[in-house]
Amino acid sequence: MDEEYDVIVLGTGLKECILSGLLSVDGLKVLHMDRNDYYGGESSSLNLIQLWKKFRGSDKPPAHLGSSRDYNVDMVPKFIMANGALVRVLIHTDVTKYLYFKAVDGSFVYNKGKVHKVPATDMEALKSPLMGIFEKRRARKFFIYVQDYNENEPKTHEGMDLTRVTTRELIAKYGLDDNTVDFIGHALALHRDDRYLNEPALDTVKRMKLYAESLARFQGGSPYIYPLYGLGELPQAFARLSAVYGGTYMLNKPECKVEFDEEGKVCGVTSEGETAKCKKVVCDPSYLPNKVRKVGKVARAICIMSHPIPNTNESPSVQVILPQKQLGRRSDMYLFCCSYSHNVAPKGKYIAFVSTEAETDQPEIELKPGLDLLGPVDEIFYDTYDRFEPCNEPSLDNCFISTSYDATTHFESTVSDVLNMYSMITGKVLDLNVDLSAASAAEE
Amino acid sequence: MASTIGSHNNLNAKLVLLGDMGAGKSSLVLRFVKGQFLEFQESTIGAAFFSQTLAVNDATVKFEIWDTAGQERYHSLAPMYYRGAAAAIIVYDITSSDSFTRAKKWVQELQKQGNPNMVMALAGNKADLEEKRKVTADEARIYAEENGLFFMETSAKTAANVNDVFHEIAKRLPRAQPTQNPAGMVLVDRPAEGARAASCCS
Ligand SMILES: Cc1cc2nc3c(=O)[nH]c(=O)nc-3n(C[C@H](O)[C@H](O)[C@H](O)COP(=O)(O)OP(=O)(O)OC[C@H]3O[C@@H](n4cnc5c(N)ncnc54)[C@H](O)[C@@H]3O)c2cc1C
Ligand SMILES: Nc1nc2c(ncn2[C@@H]2O[C@H](COP(=O)(O)OP(=O)(O)OP(=O)(O)O)[C@@H](O)[C@H]2O)c(=O)[nH]1
Ligand SMILES: [Mg+2]
Repeated sequence: MDEEYDVIVLGTGLKECILSGLLSVDGLKVLHMDRNDYYGGESSSLNLIQLWKKFRGSDKPPAHLGSSRDYNVDMVPKFIMANGALVRVLIHTDVTKYLYFKAVDGSFVYNKGKVHKVPATDMEALKSPLMGIFEKRRARKFFIYVQDYNENEPKTHEGMDLTRVTTRELIAKYGLDDNTVDFIGHALALHRDDRYLNEPALDTVKRMKLYAESLARFQGGSPYIYPLYGLGELPQAFARLSAVYGGTYMLNKPECKVEFDEEGKVCGVTSEGETAKCKKVVCDPSYLPNKVRKVGKVARAICIMSHPIPNTNESPSVQVILPQKQLGRRSDMYLFCCSYSHNVAPKGKYIAFVSTEAETDQPEIELKPGLDLLGPVDEIFYDTYDRFEPCNEPSLDNCFISTSYDATTHFESTVSDVLNMYSMITGKVLDLNVDLSAASAAEE
Repeated sequence: MASTIGSHNNLNAKLVLLGDMGAGKSSLVLRFVKGQFLEFQESTIGAAFFSQTLAVNDATVKFEIWDTAGQERYHSLAPMYYRGAAAAIIVYDITSSDSFTRAKKWVQELQKQGNPNMVMALAGNKADLEEKRKVTADEARIYAEENGLFFMETSAKTAANVNDVFHEIAKRLPRAQPTQNPAGMVLVDRPAEGARAASCCS
């Protein structure tokens, strides 16, 4: 261990593993350590025994739930946008060859007390019970505008400069009512609050296009894909990439104390009495608690059920977004469900998550609107965790700390954090311009 | 996941290599896939994923070969490495008793973690170095028999028995494994064909 590395990465969460992989591919000498004896940190997937140990303090889950190893329960459940940034990273790095994916079966939105399929195209808008007959026609026109919109072709802009026109103004032009705006903004454009209404419309239009194009890609019922065996596969795949390019892996390293020189710059990491020298450290917030501040809290419930989420067409995997306004909250709530079809539970069992940015200290009460949509559950675990973000100055101390995972059910913020960190560490911008239209899926 | 997937007589099989650093894992793969041997094979960097198709009497078997990429060095192999593997070759170096001891540890680990139908081979590599031998063939054979592995001594240098190990595995792979679950898809980066809507099959 007494060697010098360009970068020491601490923690094997998804963000740290992606960075480790990218940096090794760049030719940097990387040492990657984790205090746990498993990969994934906060973004691992647990089997039943591990789940019971974590939440029930026992290693004896009830027998009726089936075999422990049939379960892969994500600790940070998220879906992957089929045309999104994470897929670009996967293809860019060729990590896809270690992973099998399946489309997610359904994408739904909660509106006026009911769960509806999210309409993403002009045709779907016409069929959706979310809107009345006249509203449907208006929505259809808006969807057609978005589908045809091309940043580089002014004739598709219909005289509007979307870098200046706000989303509110654009929507007003089509006369859409608040109800429609709510599901478009939160379930299609995946905004987490309502600030987008006063921002330039281009961002929202692009997000809607991403949704529609992702939906079209794999002919699933949603724009999302998800790996077989759960998200815990992702950090492992990127760790393998890093190892293949020379990264050294050490799990089960207790303490991992980051060492600084007299100028306050990082100079190494000590574990079990040995110090490895390095120029830079990349880590999750738990390895440098003095350089992060709390920015929020996620409340969630993890449920094991024997049925799919009601009113979602019996979908074996599904996302339901509950927009803040529908619940009288400041932040959206998310339902996520996966099952046997993605090899995360035995046949007949479903894993559902309800998560949101916590606004109170009572997750049981706060999560109730989401839980009420699930019907009876076999087991439920409540959990809250604090979210941290770095408050150090990386140019002074050479420590690059990731931000904790948020409550969203997708990877938007995860990937942008990684890309920003990559740029700070290397001074380079990662060119993710892979040709997604050429990137397709091979059936195994 | 089903470890061997494919239509009729075409099987896809994931094969993993395990064994001590320097036992010759990468050299065996290189010999099998490319027919080459490098006297100073570097510790594995850069390419740890090969595929090679073999014809055995009634079928073709496409091996997806996973090399450890050095993650085993500090005992940090990811579970994904074993996941879905149809076969494993545990390699030791006949000139090193330590490497044989380590090989036995890998066998135990596979018995714990791996797929119960996995075909396992024990390869005593560097058989060309007879004068430096530390592990007798008998000792290894007995161990292999007791643990349900098949055993061969190989040399990546002279090519002795290298193809034979892979052939023997191909022959022993269960032919029609019931697929547990409709298989997933692999995202691939195909050369552009112009067709924008071209997406997956399923
Ligand atoms: C709510 C949401 C969920 C997402 N979910 C996933 C996911 O699950 N998996 C995944 O791989 N990717 C997902 N994405 C896409 C991905 O996260 C973004 O492409 C990424 O955040 C871009 O980050 P950036 O910092 O590099 O660029 P930014 O500076 O954030 O954006 C660069 C440009 O891309 C535009 N842009 C940013 N985000 C989007 C978007 N979502 N759609 C269209 N244009 C966009 C911006 O307006 C800007 O013009 C999601 C995006 C959003 C908004
Ligand atoms: N004489 C002889 N040398 C061999 C044989 N196989 C491999 N070697 C040599 O042994 C050394 C290590 O071989 P590798 O193939 O790199 O071993 P490995 O198990 O992949 O090692 P790591 O990647 O470091 O885990 C190299 O110098 C090879 O040339 C063999 O059959 N005979
Ligand atoms: Mg090797």
